[in-house]
Amino acid sequence: MIFQSILFEKPEDFLDKGILEAPDFFVDLNLDQIVDTIIAGREEYNLKPFFYSPLPTIEAIKYRQEVMHELEENKILFESIKSFTEKMHTMREHLARADKLRNKYQKERWFLDAVEIYCDAVNSIVADLDLTDLRSCGLLRLREYMKNYAQSTTFTMLLAETKKLQTDLSTIEYSLMIKNNTVEVRHYASEADYSAIIEDIFAKFKQDAVKDYKVKFYDQIEMNNVEENILNLVAQLYPDIFLNLDNYYSKNGTYADQTIMTFSREIQFYIAYLEYIEIFKQAGLPFCYPEIGQDKNIYDYEGFDLALAYKVIDKNGSIVCNDFYLKAPERIIVVSGPNQGGKTTFARMFGQLHYLASLGCPIPGREAKLFLFDRLFTHFEREETIQNISGKLEDDLIRIYNILNQATTNSIIIMNEIFASTTLQDALFLSKKIMEKISQMDLVCVWVTFLVELASFNNKTVSMVAETAPENPTRRTFKIIKKNADGLSYAISIAQKYRLTYDHLIKRIRS
Amino acid sequence: MKVFLLYKNRNFNLQVKLPLNEKDLIQDLGLNALFDAMAMGDEFLFEVAKKIVLTSENDLDTILYRQDILRDCLKNPGLIRDIYTLASEAIEKEKKAHFGFFSKYPSSILYNSIEALEVFLAMLKKLRMLIAEHETKFQSEGFVALFTMLKKELSDEYLAVIQTHLNELKIRDGLLISAKLGKGNKGTNYTLRKQEYRKQSWIQRIFEKKVPVYVYRIPDRDENGLRALSELRDRGINTVANALAQSVDHIRNFFITLLTELAFYIGCLNLYEQLTEIGEHISFPLPFVSSERRHSFKGLYDVCLALNIKQKIIDNDLNADHKNLFIITGANQGGKSTFLRSIGLAQLMMQCGMFVPAQMFSSNICEGIYTVYKREEDITMRSGKLDEELSRMNSIVDNITSNSLLLFNEPFTATNEREGSEIARQIISALYEKRIKVFVVTHLYSFAHNMYEGKMDNAVFLRAERRADGERTFKLREGEPLQTSFGEDLYNRIFVDT
Repeated sequence: MIFQSILFEKPEDFLDKGILEAPDFFVDLNLDQIVDTIIAGREEYNLKPFFYSPLPTIEAIKYRQEVMHELEENKILFESIKSFTEKMHTMREHLARADKLRNKYQKERWFLDAVEIYCDAVNSIVADLDLTDLRSCGLLRLREYMKNYAQSTTFTMLLAETKKLQTDLSTIEYSLMIKNNTVEVRHYASEADYSAIIEDIFAKFKQDAVKDYKVKFYDQIEMNNVEENILNLVAQLYPDIFLNLDNYYSKNGTYADQTIMTFSREIQFYIAYLEYIEIFKQAGLPFCYPEIGQDKNIYDYEGFDLALAYKVIDKNGSIVCNDFYLKAPERIIVVSGPNQGGKTTFARMFGQLHYLASLGCPIPGREAKLFLFDRLFTHFEREETIQNISGKLEDDLIRIYNILNQATTNSIIIMNEIFASTTLQDALFLSKKIMEKISQMDLVCVWVTFLVELASFNNKTVSMVAETAPENPTRRTFKIIKKNADGLSYAISIAQKYRLTYDHLIKRIRS
Repeated sequence: MKVFLLYKNRNFNLQVKLPLNEKDLIQDLGLNALFDAMAMGDEFLFEVAKKIVLTSENDLDTILYRQDILRDCLKNPGLIRDIYTLASEAIEKEKKAHFGFFSKYPSSILYNSIEALEVFLAMLKKLRMLIAEHETKFQSEGFVALFTMLKKELSDEYLAVIQTHLNELKIRDGLLISAKLGKGNKGTNYTLRKQEYRKQSWIQRIFEKKVPVYVYRIPDRDENGLRALSELRDRGINTVANALAQSVDHIRNFFITLLTELAFYIGCLNLYEQLTEIGEHISFPLPFVSSERRHSFKGLYDVCLALNIKQKIIDNDLNADHKNLFIITGANQGGKSTFLRSIGLAQLMMQCGMFVPAQMFSSNICEGIYTVYKREEDITMRSGKLDEELSRMNSIVDNITSNSLLLFNEPFTATNEREGSEIARQIISALYEKRIKVFVVTHLYSFAHNMYEGKMDNAVFLRAERRADGERTFKLREGEPLQTSFGEDLYNRIFVDT
């Protein structure tokens, strides 16, 4: 099969061409922060649509995983591809510059440089790939394509012509005789460099290094009128070379190969993601390529929230990893425990892992098996200020209703502290109702709640609790562990710490 | 052109890093009195004296090299001061010649540099004439080499060539600049070229091969064009202006080096004159390599004390070659501290190539000179003080080598005598075994006694002398440590006699 795209095995895998809107759950899961960090500084490649489009099939995911894995493991390959894209970037800058310039010879020279960079980029990557032992389907197809292109007459002729012209131009050396307001332009005739003469005369005084008095001139890219006029006279000194330059420019307007240009954009997806996760790998955090399928027995060991970890690493803090696994009939993870204990982070992590896996990316974790969802829904408590409580409750319920209406049995739902602002009785009643629906649909779900009763709702629910340090219950470990939710041990241990238990109080209170 | 008056093969660097214990040395040995005498109120002389005295030389040849130069200076003080003044004048005049040296226009850098070079040219001529008159009076290797070099390098022909170039670069009827095509065909590598002025007859000119020349003339009213042209001219002369400005720096540096290195000898002359005035003697010491253990002297006095009280003071003799531990005990106010200071001062002075305050002095070179003195401040915070003292000791131990000199003045007294003695015993015994040369002034009797009983071959015990009538002579004699330090005497003198 002929190479078309490094991101999509089949053209139809790119579901929503040109999507500019992030999926609804992006903000809830902090995926917006993650993607913003990944693509920062790469705006020119317009990578967002790729991050907004999950892949529809296991094959499409595998195609990407293979390419990503190969680029991750083969540093030399990664560097040579990166250097290719950097050259293409420089080339585009040169073309943009050439477009803006007004002087003919200047414009043409920038164009010539752009083509030279392009040729060099193509040749280098062909040579590099030729030396690489490739396995992934995507990169194998690419190599084949690039090789054929580099051997084509179109390319080899372009290359020869470019080199010749560059060599000719670089040999030009001329002299200017400046007298009052005239400039005489002529061939340079090997007159001696005056600064060398001066250095030579005073050489005997030379001791240690001294200050550099060379004035730094502000070098504008554009030429001023005098420079332009001089260049035009230099062109008259060397008429043949400049005539060739003119012809070259008018002939080669569409030199760039479209498939290669597409590749140089799409490969940025991989480079950006791999460079992003390198930060975490440096900090000793694990990544893996999850097994993706229809099986709802899922797990990830030592996962973490990327958005949070990014901030924590920045401040040299340590990152807590968490595990989860669901084993039939388990479907619903109910997370409870103290505030600020890492519950929301866990829920976000769960969502991030599934979403990033659906993009074909490696995910936080030592080993993982995840579910290929058709839709992902989140319901997080929103900050917006709705005046009365009933309005907010109503709004919550409408949102959940809509989610359950759109969800299929292959969807994932993540809920975070819903009904927090209503009465306990109401909250419990509504939650149980919704829990029933979710169970019936056999959805994979994470539900963060303070309602410990939900943790043992039925055989589909799994209880996970945010743990605290045994020796100091006010200290959160940010570990979310499989454990029965009693809602009690935490309060008791705090009491012990402050010597407020029954036994303590009996001894302390004097009669 | 190298000055080399402090080292045979390199210049002295005034930015040299002083030893880490610089402040301790200055305070403990009272060095500022020495620097003041050398500087006589001149800040520059003070700085140079301080840097060179504290940068102890470990190289025997360098010390002897400087001693020879200093002997020449003592014989020809007038001429040395003349050369010093000339160097100082050259630097001053050039400073006045160019304000705005740091211009952003190569053309003004060029202009200013030419002017500065003309000032220097005149001073170099003067220097050469001054030397030519007197060179026969100098014997030291350093001065002979310097004067020979100046005579050779600053020939009339050479100075004339410089002048020719300066004239040519001043005003010219046209600049010849070469260039290449850079990025985007913009001119680059602008380089000023020397024009060949060939004398040709009109016939030659007619038959010379025609080379193509294209002319562009900027209209008189085109201000942007004229500005661009003048920038082009500036680009062309940029490297030449830089080369000239750097040459100014180099020549200025030559004068500064001459000034700096002479400043040390001027300081020595100043000191010599003051000591002579109060009738004190000096001599050139005899240094030994650092692996030896030598310490013998006759008539050694504390130069700083002499300078302070401006009169002849008590001196001491010692004959202690091959020894490396000196334990000094005895009467308060018996001259122990003065003695200790005189040891350190003479060592420093010897190792910078100076004369020493003694009739005779010989010692091995010490690779490090350290002092551990009781610090008077904070006497109330006893535990903290011992901690601080041991921490200073700790950092000394971090750096010390066996060929070093360590002066202790009443160490480890911030605790009771038994503990202090035990610390002292452990530390000093270790230093002794490491062959470090140690002088200890101490009142810790158990320590001193204990060491004495140890009958160490290379230890010397000195006592501040006291006559039977309680009168102190301020002389130190060899003797066993005694139990009391005669504090009673001191008490009596202060509380009873007055």
